Amino acid sequence: MSILSKSRICPETGLFFDDQAEKLIKWNAVTGVVFLLVGGLFGVLMALTRWTEVHILPADWFYLLLTAHGLDALIVWIIFFEMAVLYLASSTLLKVRLAAPKWAWLGYWLMLIGAVITNVMVLEGDSSVMFTSYPPMKAHPLFYLGIIVFAVGALIGTFCFFGTLVLAKEQKTYEGSLPLVTFGALTAAIIAVFTIASGAIILVPTLLWSLGYIAHIDPLMYKTIWWAMGHSSQQINVSAHVSVWYLIAAIVFGAKPLSEKVSRMAFLFYIFFLQLASAHHLLVEPGLSSEWKIFNTSYAMYLAVLGSMIHGLTVPGSIEAAQRKKGFNKGLFEWLRRAPWGNPVFSGMFMSLVMFGFLGGITGVIMGTEQINIIMHNTLYVPGHFHATVVAGTTLTFMAVSYFLVPVLFRRELWLPGLAKWQTYIYAIGVAGISVFMMAAGTLGVSRRHWDNNFADATLGFDYPAAAHMFLALNGISGLMAGLGGASFCIIMVGTILWGKKKSDVPASAPAPAPEPAVHQAGSAGTIAVPGTFVLALIFLGTFILYYYVNWKYLAEVWHLS
Amino acid sequence: MAIHPPETKIWWKEPIHSIEIWWVLIALVWSLIMFVMMPYWHIYGNQNLSNEAYRVDPEYFGEKVEDMVKKYTIREEGDTGIPVVAPPVGSDVFLLARLWEWYPILELKKGKEYRLHLSSMDWMHGFSLQPTNINLQVHPGYDFVVTVTPTESGKFAIICNEYCGIGHHTMAGRMYVTDK
Ligand code: HEM
Ligand SMILES: [Cu+2]
Ligand SMILES: [Cu+2]
Repeated sequence: MSILSKSRICPETGLFFDDQAEKLIKWNAVTGVVFLLVGGLFGVLMALTRWTEVHILPADWFYLLLTAHGLDALIVWIIFFEMAVLYLASSTLLKVRLAAPKWAWLGYWLMLIGAVITNVMVLEGDSSVMFTSYPPMKAHPLFYLGIIVFAVGALIGTFCFFGTLVLAKEQKTYEGSLPLVTFGALTAAIIAVFTIASGAIILVPTLLWSLGYIAHIDPLMYKTIWWAMGHSSQQINVSAHVSVWYLIAAIVFGAKPLSEKVSRMAFLFYIFFLQLASAHHLLVEPGLSSEWKIFNTSYAMYLAVLGSMIHGLTVPGSIEAAQRKKGFNKGLFEWLRRAPWGNPVFSGMFMSLVMFGFLGGITGVIMGTEQINIIMHNTLYVPGHFHATVVAGTTLTFMAVSYFLVPVLFRRELWLPGLAKWQTYIYAIGVAGISVFMMAAGTLGVSRRHWDNNFADATLGFDYPAAAHMFLALNGISGLMAGLGGASFCIIMVGTILWGKKKSDVPASAPAPAPEPAVHQAGSAGTIAVPGTFVLALIFLGTFILYYYVNWKYLAEVWHLS
Repeated sequence: MAIHPPETKIWWKEPIHSIEIWWVLIALVWSLIMFVMMPYWHIYGNQNLSNEAYRVDPEYFGEKVEDMVKKYTIREEGDTGIPVVAPPVGSDVFLLARLWEWYPILELKKGKEYRLHLSSMDWMHGFSLQPTNINLQVHPGYDFVVTVTPTESGKFAIICNEYCGIGHHTMAGRMYVTDK
């Protein structure tokens, strides 16, 4: 491997791109988008199947595609894109070549091969075990093997990220501390190592069990360790998309964190406390004590939640400060009104921030309350909640940043910019719909992962309340809308890469923007107040408190249990 | 900017924005309140899981169920042949999950306490009492004991809400609660 590597400075943005890192960012992001398209299509089919009157898939296909949807959307799409984010946050932001690009490519191929193997197994029909694959239900051995191979690939990519940080430190390509975005990405990468280790601990024995070398896998033990992987992988997503929020705030507004200390502490909270959260998947499980459940489900007194609430203030706060500095000072919200709502990079990011907090965050904490979980566990409330976190939060954020990245990486202008303006809105409304309506149906007791809302083939039938069917219909309609938004995104991205107008390589007349001077120096006369953000934060808190106690009230009405 | 190294080289020595301090404090207080709510409900609330559970051999659990069915069956459910069992108030009652049914049908009395034992013969299942909406996880090999007091009478469904294979959506059982 030559020490001298090719690289370029983007004439438009001033960003540094190492040749290998750039290729890897492109390939990982594009591969991810392909899986998003496949997974999203399956999602729409399922939403239509759960619409009582439409019910388009037969039962076996519903469970099969549900398994594939969970894997492709939650795991494959997101992790491929996260690899792109890691390479960008290390090589590009630190202006250093990628460490061990050959290994990074090996990681990429392993991920792709693993993902394909698992998908083939699922589509063949004998591995419809859901992406959680709880034993004693058994999938084809290659189903587990594919996931393991994928995870090994992701681990290799993560180590290339660490290697690149070390390289940058050695070559002194930056001074002082890491930029905040890289710091956030580092958080995600550290969590990823923990996650993949947990995954190996549980999936390797499960693979051996499926091959007949191990006689028994205890289902409770499996679930506990599986969720040490399953939940922390969600914390990777949160760390990654919060980092991207800061990235977008910086790119679009030149925003600087209100204070580095608070934002970084919030990231550290994720690392310290998230491993505990596996517990919120185990709240109505036999054989675990309440003390254990309470301490763990709350991430030791909600300190990781505190981390997210901090980001929820500091990200919009940094935007408000930047906007006020530009003169948008009227009233509480001129800074927000005058934000570039026609730019999908911003609109996607901001809607993601709001929906992640209001829809995903609040409901997640409530559902993760030891006793309240009794009235929500395994109902549609659960997928309703996580479509707000992982789709409105992570996926929409990644879409938003793609509108910035893809034109820069491929040196093309955006294809169908008019559609792009609307795409984030269509998708966001659709996703808000599936999330809210699945939660509403879940509140009425509708089960998740369930093909028949009418229990037509059950010996002892049962009818859900009429409202439940209405919510499921609205969910179907929202699913179509989300599908339309998702498909538009994929079309715009692929179109940009293939047919977008080539940008000239002549450096733009304006040189790369120099680092902005500090927006403020906290405590000095230059401190910019961010009252608008504070008001938004208080509205959030009010909603949170209200809805939290509404659910205690619901709980108080059910049968007594002790 | 967030994509450049911080200006203060040692970031933890940077001063903090005053609004941030306020928000961190408010959010911390709220976090602590939410934390305290859970132990509080264990003391003052009526909906808590005992977390009493035992390892159990599925066959042994099956025998316990059969014993109860033999002793306390009061009728069969329509022409399904499924026994409806009314065990004494305060006793240990057993409900078994297997592919793809809940067995047997229990008839309980409103306002009375029962020690409900849940276990699975095969795969994981999800006990979901509707329309009350109480959801519990049922594992093979574990006897999950929950003390329940029905607070309303009527006919209830027990849906399986843990995916358990191709017949999952046919797995629905029943429970009756009588007033007296
Ligand atoms: C067009 C967009 C989408 C639609 C309409 C959609 C719809 C659905 C529906 C209807 C379910 C099944 C609920 C149930 O019956 O249990 C589901 C499950 C799920 N979705 Fe989506 N979804 C979409 C996008 C996504 C994305 C982008 C992700 C991840 C980033 C995702 C992750 C999941 C996961 C993890 C499950 C659970 C699978 C399981 O229970 O095993 N979805 N989705
Ligand atoms: Cu079942
Ligand atoms: Cu089931």
